[in-house]
Amino acid sequence: MTMSEIWFHPSLILLLGAVLVPLLRGTARNVLLLAVPTLAFFLVMSSQPGVYGVVRFLDWDLTFGRVDRLSQVFGYIMTLMCILGSLYALHVKNPLEHVAAWTYVAGSLGVIYAGDFLVLLLFWEMMAFSSVFLIWLRRDRESVGAGYRYLLVHVAGGVLLLSGILLRYQATGGDLSFGQLDVSHPDLSTWLILAGFILNAAVPPLHAWLPDAYSAATVTGSIFLCAFTTKTAVYALCRGFAGMEILLVLGTVMALYGVVYAVLENDARRLLAYHIISQVGYMVAGVGLGSQMAINGVCAHAFAHILYKGLLFMGTGSVLHMTGKSKFTELGGLYRKMPWTFIFTLIGGLSISAFPLFSGFVSKSMIVAAGFEQHQLWVGFLLMVASAGTFLHTGLKVPYFIWFGRNNCSTETWERAAEPPWNMGAAMTVTALLCIGIGCYTPYLYTMLPFPVEYQPYTAYHVTETLQILLFTGAGFFLFLKKLEPQPTISLDMDWFYRMGGRHVARFARGPVQTADSFVGELYRRCGMAWMMVSARGSARFDRQAIDGVVDGLALAVRSLGSKLRHAQTRQVQVNIVSTVAVIVLLLLLYVLADVLVR
Amino acid sequence: MIIIRLIDFLRSHLRSLVIFCASALLLLVVGDWLLVDKTDAHTAPEKLFGFWALFGFLSCVAIIFLSKWFGHLGIMKPEEYYDHE
Repeated sequence: MTMSEIWFHPSLILLLGAVLVPLLRGTARNVLLLAVPTLAFFLVMSSQPGVYGVVRFLDWDLTFGRVDRLSQVFGYIMTLMCILGSLYALHVKNPLEHVAAWTYVAGSLGVIYAGDFLVLLLFWEMMAFSSVFLIWLRRDRESVGAGYRYLLVHVAGGVLLLSGILLRYQATGGDLSFGQLDVSHPDLSTWLILAGFILNAAVPPLHAWLPDAYSAATVTGSIFLCAFTTKTAVYALCRGFAGMEILLVLGTVMALYGVVYAVLENDARRLLAYHIISQVGYMVAGVGLGSQMAINGVCAHAFAHILYKGLLFMGTGSVLHMTGKSKFTELGGLYRKMPWTFIFTLIGGLSISAFPLFSGFVSKSMIVAAGFEQHQLWVGFLLMVASAGTFLHTGLKVPYFIWFGRNNCSTETWERAAEPPWNMGAAMTVTALLCIGIGCYTPYLYTMLPFPVEYQPYTAYHVTETLQILLFTGAGFFLFLKKLEPQPTISLDMDWFYRMGGRHVARFARGPVQTADSFVGELYRRCGMAWMMVSARGSARFDRQAIDGVVDGLALAVRSLGSKLRHAQTRQVQVNIVSTVAVIVLLLLLYVLADVLVR
Repeated sequence: MIIIRLIDFLRSHLRSLVIFCASALLLLVVGDWLLVDKTDAHTAPEKLFGFWALFGFLSCVAIIFLSKWFGHLGIMKPEEYYDHE
């Protein structure tokens, strides 16, 4: 193994930090929670373009650190978001949640700086297997189920990606380097790699895991989740699939798909999750356009999106944290109780809606303008329709039905409602200021983009065009407010197929098992019970007088043991699933080894 | 708290607020038509009076009604839908 030069991988810092988190308590831990991501951020900032961390492994050189303008802009925003997310989660006592979050961010940074597919896959799987704990740690029935579904879908995606990589390895005679693929003549390996990427980008029909999982995650976990998986996939698409035409279609469909489901949604965090799909649609469409301006737009929009979506999840997360509720039909009228949270969420809403002076305005429009410039008129206009939908839901529906509208709060909800702890407020303040800063001072973001920027968002035409679309959407919102009243429903999505399909499999499997079970039960009832009844009658008197106390104690002990066992069992399954990833990596290594030996 | 006071003030003057907003919308469309240079427009219809205003309003209406129609095709289910065996 040789390191080409001294370069500290920011993932390494986060992983080392993650090891330390459980060892510290109180103030020391709080300092660590802020210092580690800040250190990672400065490591990214101080990195110079080049190739670092090249490790000789068997037949090839694995590249852990490809630093160029594209990886830098993503590395910058990911570590920045890690600081903000850790600040927001500072009050969380369970160290596992911090460990999971940082491992997840480390995975994302690993993908971003990976120079070849093998390293990419390693970190890709690390993301899936660490992020799922951010869902499980919510510790309710819904999140356990959602976590398993999330993991199964991502394992399937990982297998698609792995198959693509293996086919590509074979076809190219051993080339594993990760760069722009031949998108004009895609072969099977290219399609499989694309499928792996777009599953993580939540492109329909491979998207249902996102709203399912993100709405079930912990309050602080969802801040991390909403930033890293989809935007890391967007990075990978930028790197490998710029100019692939099908992405233009998929991206535009995505942008509208999320908007349609957002109309129907009653849960604020699920609504925001659908709007991730919609916003990532702009980015996927931008990758499909593939021009320098479009790729700049994709990076800018990913950057802005991570901040404003984080802010929106922080705002609705604060409501959930304080009241325990996230459904519109259980909230309303909270502006008196949580005015600052309202203001921050509104800033997030205005940013995602691309209001002038807010971050979305300077990023989203770059993609739309690139579309018009490449004469993809229908793409441009449909993305404009999606913009109207974005303001309708995230800018209007979310703030209105939580902080205004009919007060659906129960007495308990109303009493619990208050501004969140200081660290959550601080994280929201900084994020909100960044959203406004990016919108007002464009060079901050534009000088970071991969290509030189000639685009100027603040022209009179663009400002009045945007204001007209948004404000008249607002007029429509208030005119048809009755139509938008939230209803206590859920909406079926693509996850219906595996949720209901899985049930049929379970029912089929249960048949024989249940037959055997009832046979054993019957046998026990006939042979065992008869004897037991006789002896029970005999011992009843003694039992009543002496044993009761003992038995009660024993029962309690058994119950607590059973509960411990149950937890251990769940944990066992989770450990098994984690080991699956090890098997995937092992299989890959075996394949490679076999290949080396055959030669 | 100043935010709450401001919101309460606006809520108690709802009629004036609506009139103010409607005038602002009108002013925006007229101002856009009279004052703004449209050489940057991507297509010809964009140069028509109030094109983007109408576009925004119709997009909003279309999204609301088409989504609701789609939802009522059987997509919207009671919350306990997945709890049933």
